[in-house]
Amino acid sequence: MIRINNLNKSFNGKTVLTDISVTFEPGKTNLIIGRSGSGKTVLLKSIVGLNEIDSGEIWYNDILFNKLDFEGKKEIRKEMGMLFQGSALFDSLTVEQNVRFPLDMFTEKSLEEKTERVNFCLKRVNILNANTLFPSELSGGMKKRVAIARAISLNPKYLFCDEPNSGLDPLTAILIDELIKEITEEYSMTTIVNTHDMNSVMEIGEKIVFISEGVKCWEGNKHQILNSDCNTLNDFVFANALAKKLKQEPD
Amino acid sequence: MFRFFNQLGSYFLLLKKVFSRPEKASVYYKQTMHELVSLGVNSIGIVTIISFFMGAVITLQTAYNTENPIYPTYLIGLGCRDSILLEFSSTIVALILAGKVGSNIASEIGTMRVTEQIDALEIMGVNSASYLILPKIIAALAFNPFLTLISINVGILGGWMAGTMSGVITSEDFIYGIQYAFIPYYITYALIKTLFFAFIITSVSGFQGYYVEGGSLEVGRASTKAVVFSSVLILLFNVILTQLLLS
Repeated sequence: MIRINNLNKSFNGKTVLTDISVTFEPGKTNLIIGRSGSGKTVLLKSIVGLNEIDSGEIWYNDILFNKLDFEGKKEIRKEMGMLFQGSALFDSLTVEQNVRFPLDMFTEKSLEEKTERVNFCLKRVNILNANTLFPSELSGGMKKRVAIARAISLNPKYLFCDEPNSGLDPLTAILIDELIKEITEEYSMTTIVNTHDMNSVMEIGEKIVFISEGVKCWEGNKHQILNSDCNTLNDFVFANALAKKLKQEPD
Repeated sequence: MFRFFNQLGSYFLLLKKVFSRPEKASVYYKQTMHELVSLGVNSIGIVTIISFFMGAVITLQTAYNTENPIYPTYLIGLGCRDSILLEFSSTIVALILAGKVGSNIASEIGTMRVTEQIDALEIMGVNSASYLILPKIIAALAFNPFLTLISINVGILGGWMAGTMSGVITSEDFIYGIQYAFIPYYITYALIKTLFFAFIITSVSGFQGYYVEGGSLEVGRASTKAVVFSSVLILLFNVILTQLLLS
């Protein structure tokens, strides 16, 4: 479980996040949604410690993460996996080496054991016969799946995904969403996904937090989101013409 | 001025991170071997070519500037040897490597920064500064002295070939010249300078790449800054080390 209490963050005097308090539950796909520039990525990067926060608390179960020193954070980070917007695969390493990297760094397993684990993770994300390819030889969807395989190679307790669907076609985006949801349930991870894609919200949104201009405006699930009385959320949810029409003519 | 001290402070803080205990020695060892090839072995070609022609030019210029019957011709060989030993093979080769290796390091690490690969390392619990920069520093410290030795030998060979083929000096005179009044300490001096310059090139370029913010334009700027700052520091330390080691 990850609990955020009264988190504030600013850059050069400009406030980006104001008094955010929220709890993300294990075994569920927790979504942070909001418009571009609303502070979603800053919130996610603050949660994982890539951004230092101005004030507030970030708890990983009963550990106050933001007060830990570099070494303390490193220990918690070994239990994290993260899928970045641009996949962030290491260009100089092959698919197999990318997925094996955390195993090389933090385990004492033999090469056979590591290769077995790599192949298991790649199979889990439906990447077959691509072990020797470099990231530049992969499509956008494949890169995301390899990045997921790398993120889960150490069996993390926490999975963070920043815009996992950006740049993907709708069908591939759904596949990635389903994969994240399945993996979350399978390993009972606490998963936090940043997205502004309403398809993702309706597919996997078990817990949804809506951020607008750095402030948490609404919290609920995919069943409640369509009937919210929060105007800012409604503007976001029913932004496109089809959604507006469906809202006006539900039948 | 504030900006200068801010950058200087950030540089030393980065070095502190770079020299902290590695997560896993075997991974760092493998990475260092990779960097030895990438930064060292792959630089042999350019160092050899430049050293050969510089040795040739130094010999010819010395010959044309000492065209006087009172000067013995073996001085051409001596001048070629000392120019190469004292200045060319350590300082000029370091400036060339600052261009080749420095820009390579800054753009590689800078690209990793803007494409979130460094964030990915941090999230995994890896000390990214140490993992990315330490192997490069070790590789350069280990291999650059060899590049300097190669440069010295090839430079003198180039001088000998240019001198004898153009007829400005006989082979015997040139060989006598390069042996005449030889001070072995000059080699030590050149190697000590090389070690300092290797550290400057890799750490300054690593620093420039590591703190890139923005996109490809900023990576290009960082790459240019890496070459400029490394070169200026090499020249500055050249003066300091020469004063300290030869006075």
